[in-house]
Amino acid sequence: MTKEDIVLAIKDIIATIAPDEETGGLTMTEPLRDQIELDSMDFLDIVMELRKRYGVVVPEEDYGELATLQSCADYLAPHMADKELKIGV
Amino acid sequence: MVKSQRSQNLPRVVITGVGLTSPNGNSLAEYRQNLLQGVSGVVPYEIRHFGPTVAGVCEYEATRYQKRKALRRGTRAGSIAIYCANEALRDAGLAMADLDPSRVGVYVGTTEHGNVETEQQIHEVSQYDFDLSFWSHHHNPRTVANNPAGEVTLNLGITGPHYAIGGACAGGNLGLIQGVQMLQLGQVDFALAGGVSESIHTFGIFASFKSEGALGEHEDPARVSRPFDADRNGIVVSEGGCLYALERLEDAQARGARIYGEVIGYHVNSDATDFVLPNPERQNECMRAAIAHADLAPEDIHLVSTHATSTPLGDVQECQAVREVFGDSPTTYVNNTKSFIGHTMGAAGAIELAGNLPTFEDGWVHPTINVENLDPACELRGLVLNEPKRVERVDHVLNLSFGMLGINSAVVVGRFRA
Repeated sequence: MTKEDIVLAIKDIIATIAPDEETGGLTMTEPLRDQIELDSMDFLDIVMELRKRYGVVVPEEDYGELATLQSCADYLAPHMADKELKIGV
Repeated sequence: MVKSQRSQNLPRVVITGVGLTSPNGNSLAEYRQNLLQGVSGVVPYEIRHFGPTVAGVCEYEATRYQKRKALRRGTRAGSIAIYCANEALRDAGLAMADLDPSRVGVYVGTTEHGNVETEQQIHEVSQYDFDLSFWSHHHNPRTVANNPAGEVTLNLGITGPHYAIGGACAGGNLGLIQGVQMLQLGQVDFALAGGVSESIHTFGIFASFKSEGALGEHEDPARVSRPFDADRNGIVVSEGGCLYALERLEDAQARGARIYGEVIGYHVNSDATDFVLPNPERQNECMRAAIAHADLAPEDIHLVSTHATSTPLGDVQECQAVREVFGDSPTTYVNNTKSFIGHTMGAAGAIELAGNLPTFEDGWVHPTINVENLDPACELRGLVLNEPKRVERVDHVLNLSFGMLGINSAVVVGRFRA
């Protein structure tokens, strides 16, 4: 999976856990929590979906790496290089 | 000795709004119409592990008062409670802006809570070889007993008290009683009170009733639930909810509220005899105590809304208790709502009362349906069978709800008189 794919994967997860939000206009560098309504339980949902869909385990000390779409792509790229994008799971 | 409510000079508490979702109606008007027209809400249903069965399923518009994210995060019971709470407020002609949110209480009766979520999580982790790192962080807030009531406060911004009243299948009556008591004590100025059930989403409740030999069957789903019929063979599990807007009379009158009725008496007691089997002697005592609390005599009760669930033994025992209390009363009619909608568990007490409130205005008693061959052991004077009955006047309704572990409840609601 490329970094672009990872961004698609994160947006798809957000669309699942926050179905009222519009993910199309999300910027790469602003914190996700400044752009849409996401609380700590939602972030745990993102972590859980990464685990369920891609088998990627994000340790608690790395949760900060999921703050923006860009940081998600950078942090997850080495963990998801060999994974296949799953949309609408 | 029971002291009447009136003799204790307690504040009078009235019902000024009804919010409900029932398997056969998502408003009081729709539900009442279907009760008078004999329309069942029981349909074919299938649930994981258990397979095909029947259930009372609600089809309310969940997104009317909740965003999709809130629906995903919360529970079905929470969603039902939110729908009912908003509908009750609206029916009372109120918005939260009209109320002090710190003086509003939410009291929600439940039979059980948490089974649905727990079964779901076990199913989830079973897909991952029972690796509990896949267990949801939502599990605890979804399974705490106060979840349905708490979701109402989150949805409406209510900062007064909220909690669950666990009373098995008497829960709906108990929620209502709790609301009345808190208003009388001055703990709150407005109460949303009643009961909810999400039970059809747990396979365990179907499987357990089946194992008890108490799950009803019939080739026609609409006729499975048939209390008092000689061929009845068990319960229909249903979901639903009903919350009442309750106010002290003086507050309701000050704002010119429409008043459905006054909660003039109630009683709750325990069998102390068996986990499951009812005890007609204690039921009898409960009814008599509620009537005394209302400062009435049995003949003053014009309508008894029975609890009967369509089980062979339970119906007979309840009929025995009702017969002993009302046997000689020529002015008392008897009906049953589960014949239409199945057993809505924690919602039952509240929802079954609601369907009978319009009788104060329209003078019709809805029947108990599906009685082809009346069981002689269930014969009762005044039992309204299969067709609604126009009666001279209904001034007082006695609403019965009983539950496992031997909990009995009876609520008396009276036509409002200033």
